[in-house]
Amino acid sequence: MNKMKILLKLIIIFLIFQNFSSAETSQKVDKISKNLRCLICQGQSVYDSQSDFALSMKILIQNKIDEGKNDEQIYDFLKNKYGEWIVYDPEINKNTILLWVLPLILFVFGGILIYRKVSIK
Amino acid sequence: MSKNIKLISIVLFALFSFFILLKGLDKSNTYSPSIDKSKIDFNFKSKYLFSEKEVFLNELLKNEGMTLINIWASWCLPCKDEHAYLLKLKSLNKLNIIGINYKDNENNAKKFLSELGNPYTNIITDPNGINSIELGAFGVPETYLIENKSKLIIKKFIGPLDDNSFTQLTKIIQ
Repeated sequence: MNKMKILLKLIIIFLIFQNFSSAETSQKVDKISKNLRCLICQGQSVYDSQSDFALSMKILIQNKIDEGKNDEQIYDFLKNKYGEWIVYDPEINKNTILLWVLPLILFVFGGILIYRKVSIK
Repeated sequence: MSKNIKLISIVLFALFSFFILLKGLDKSNTYSPSIDKSKIDFNFKSKYLFSEKEVFLNELLKNEGMTLINIWASWCLPCKDEHAYLLKLKSLNKLNIIGINYKDNENNAKKFLSELGNPYTNIITDPNGINSIELGAFGVPETYLIENKSKLIIKKFIGPLDDNSFTQLTKIIQ
């Protein structure tokens, strides 16, 4: 009788754990697909879109996670097929350097202006 | 003097921003992926249409010559338009044409082919669209010309084939 109870508990724990892990992968799919541009729909992420392309993409991401690929590998895989444009987070290169550096320059410039104003007073 | 410098720097900054925006407007908004020679891993498994057998796409690419991979579906209207071009390409007997049946129903696919003719040497299925993503496709129809030896995509047509793409293709395979 006691053994049965232990077995039952083990099964319940196993089921709960399994449930958690599948919830975890679907959260991961959500996280990755939110950072992917749906290439055939304007202004939507793969996560938001219900187009054929986006639906397939979500299945593919799920499969890649099940295969044990990490986020970086999945992004690289997709960038390799569809180009840099598919990820929302632009990398630093010669086309996007201004995008990254300009806010920093403006921030420093503004800081200098404020500092000078304050120190003159 | 310092007022002048301020004014000039403001004007310069405005001009700078103006030209950047102007340049941005010049660029077309729609993104098209580079059609440069890109290497794709054809090493994925898929089921044959009208059969339960499975095959790696790799195995269907012969060692010599070129292969045309065409993604199609019976529910896709532009696919009907381009079908005549595929049949013409088949009659040239220079290409191995592989069809990828995209998110389709087998009965409808059968009807489609018996009505319009079958240009494909082999047809594999893509029931949930994953295989097409492996190829870097957006949807249907899409056509890839592949050099078998190097496994490189030489030419990529997004959307249906037309007169223009047909002449391009025949020029390459000639």
